[in-house]
Amino acid sequence: MLADLAISTVKALVVLMTVLSLSAALLWVERKGSALIQDRIGANRANIFGGLLPFNLGLVNTLVADPIKMFTKEDVVPVSADKVLHFLAPCLAVFPVIVTFAAIPLGDVLVIGDRTINLQVADLNVGILYVLAMSSLGVYGVVLAGWASNSRWALLGGIRGSAQMISYEIAMGLALIGAVMAFGTLDLQAIARAQGETIAGVIPAWGILYQPLAFLIFLIAGIAETKRVPFDLPEGESELTSGFFTEYSGSKQAAFMLGDFAEIIVVSGLATTLFLGAWQVPFLARDGWHFPGGISLAMPHLAVVVLQLVSFVVKVLILSSFQILVRWSLPRYRYDQLMNLGWKSLLPLALLNVMVTGTIIVLLGRS
Amino acid sequence: MGTVAFALLAFLVLASALTVVLHPNPVKSALALVLTLFLLAVTFVLLEAHMIAALQVLVYAGAIMVLFLFVIMLLNLQTEDPEAGGPARTGLRVAAWVGGVALAAQLVRLALGRGAVAPAPTSPGFGGAEAVARSLYTDFLFPFELTSLLLLVAVIGAVILAQRRVR
Amino acid sequence: MLDQYIGVLLTFGLGAVIVVAMVSGSMLLGERRRRQYEVMGEIFECGNPSTGPARGRFSVQFYLVAILFIVFDVEVVFMYPWALVFRALGVPGLIEMGIFIAVLGIGLGYVWKRGALEWN
Repeated sequence: MLADLAISTVKALVVLMTVLSLSAALLWVERKGSALIQDRIGANRANIFGGLLPFNLGLVNTLVADPIKMFTKEDVVPVSADKVLHFLAPCLAVFPVIVTFAAIPLGDVLVIGDRTINLQVADLNVGILYVLAMSSLGVYGVVLAGWASNSRWALLGGIRGSAQMISYEIAMGLALIGAVMAFGTLDLQAIARAQGETIAGVIPAWGILYQPLAFLIFLIAGIAETKRVPFDLPEGESELTSGFFTEYSGSKQAAFMLGDFAEIIVVSGLATTLFLGAWQVPFLARDGWHFPGGISLAMPHLAVVVLQLVSFVVKVLILSSFQILVRWSLPRYRYDQLMNLGWKSLLPLALLNVMVTGTIIVLLGRS
Repeated sequence: MGTVAFALLAFLVLASALTVVLHPNPVKSALALVLTLFLLAVTFVLLEAHMIAALQVLVYAGAIMVLFLFVIMLLNLQTEDPEAGGPARTGLRVAAWVGGVALAAQLVRLALGRGAVAPAPTSPGFGGAEAVARSLYTDFLFPFELTSLLLLVAVIGAVILAQRRVR
Repeated sequence: MLDQYIGVLLTFGLGAVIVVAMVSGSMLLGERRRRQYEVMGEIFECGNPSTGPARGRFSVQFYLVAILFIVFDVEVVFMYPWALVFRALGVPGLIEMGIFIAVLGIGLGYVWKRGALEWN
C-alpha cells in the first residue's frame, strides 16, 4: 500500500517535471526556431552577475537568466484590481493544463522485480473525458485574468479569448469521438496499446490511418485552443498590448507563458496518444522487435522501455515544433473569421466525420 | 479510511457551498460554485460513477458556469452592499437563515434516522462509460431523443432572446 | 479502478503546490518599492489617462456563444457513450444517433441563417 503510494507520487512528479521541462525546451525551440525562420540569430547571450561567468554558453545563459528575471521582477498589481482574483487567474490558467497529463501514458509498463508499473499516472477508464474536462476548466484562467485586471482592454481580451476557447472545444471533442469510435474505448493506455497492432502485417495501426480527418480537425482546434497564432487575437500583440494578461508582471506573467507552452505540449501529447501511436515504436513489442516477414530480435526490457519513452517525447516535440512553425508562418485570423472557422467549418466537418465513420464501421460489420 | 475521505470531502463541499451563498462578490461566488461542482464530481468518483463525474466537470463546471461568469461580467454585476436594503432586506435575510437551518436540521435528522447503509456491491464495469451507454441507448432511448428536441428549443430560444434588441 | 484516482489526487496536489509556488514567486522574491508611485498602479492605456468605468456593456454575442457552447457540449457528451457501443447497436443505433445529430443540425442551421454566428 505504502509502496504503491510512493510509486504513484514518483510517477506524478515525473510527469509534472516532464511537462515543465518540455515547456522549457519548447521555449528554446521557439526562440531559435523563430530566429531561423526569420533569418536572424536570436537570443544568444545573457549577462549573469555582471560578467561573473567567464564563459558565454549562448542561449543556455538566456534560459537561466530569463526565469531568474521573471521571478525577481516586481509584481505590479493595478490598484483597482481585485488582489485575490489577480492571484488566482494565473493559477487557474496553468493548473488544469499540467494536471491533464496525469491521464496520458508515457510508456507501456516497467517491470521491476515482481512489480509491473504502468507508465501512466492514472489509468482511468474515462481517460479521454478526463482530459476534455480539464481543458474545459482552462477557460477560467483566461476570463478571470481579463476581469481581475479591471482594465477595459484586458477584459475584452479575456472574453474574446474564452469565447474562442469554448468554440473550438466542441470541434476538439467531436474530432476525438472519431478516434473513440475507431478504438472502442476511452482508456488512453488501451488506445495506446491498440496502436501496436499492424494492418496487413506491415503498416503500424496508428490512429491517423483510421481517422485522418479527425487528426486534422483536432490539431487545428487544438492550436486555436492554445490561442497561438494564427489564432492569437486575445493576445492581440499589436492591438491590445498583451490582451488579457496586460496587467501581469513577473512570475504571474511567466505563469501564463508557461501555461501557453504547456498547453501546446498537452495538445501534442493527446494528438500523439490518439493518432500517432503514443509511445509505440513500429514493430517493437514488449519483448523485442517483430519485423514483418517473421524476423524477430529480442531486446532487454529496459531498452524497450527507454525506446518507447523516447519515442513518445520525440513525437510530442515534433508536433509541438510544427505548432511553433505554424505560428511564425501564418498571418493572424480576424476574430470573425476565427469564429466562423470554428462553428461553420470545423464543427460540421467533425460531425460529418462521426457519421461517416459510424456508417462505414457499422456497414462493414467489423472494427 | 473511506469514511475519513468522505468526511473531509463533505466538509470542503459544505464550505465552498456556503461561500457561494454568503460571499458578497458575485464573481467569487460563481468561482466558489465551480469549486462546489468540481467537489461534487469527486463525490461521484467515490460512488464509482466515473462517467457522470467526468461529465459533471465537463458540462456543468466547464460550460454552464462559464455562461454564468460571462453573464456576471457582461452585466457588470456589482459587489453586494451589505448595508443597503433596509428592513425588508433584513427580514428576508432572517427568513433565509431560519429556513436554511431548518432544512439542514431536517436533512440531518432524516439521514441519521436511516442508519448507516452499506454501499451496494457493484459489478466491475459499473459507472463506466460503457455501462452508461448501454442503458442509455436501449432502455432510455426515447428520453434521449427528446433531449435533442429540448436542446433545439434552447438554441432557438437563446437566439430569439439575444436578437430582440438587434432587430 | 478507484485506486487510479489516487494518482490523480497526487497530481492535483503536486500541481497545485508547483503552480502556487510559481505564481507567488515574484510576489515574494520581487523587489518592493518603498513608495508606490501612483502612476504605477494605474492601468496601461498607452499613456492616456483611463477614461470611464472599465467594465462597460459588452456585445450580447458572447452570451450567445456561451449558450450555444453549452448546447453543443451536451450533444458531444451524448455522443461519447454512443461511440463506445454503436457497434453493438448496429444500424438502428446509427439511425437513432443520426436523428439526434439531425435535430441539432437544424438548430445549428437556424443559428447560422439567423446570422447569430456573424461578427463576434
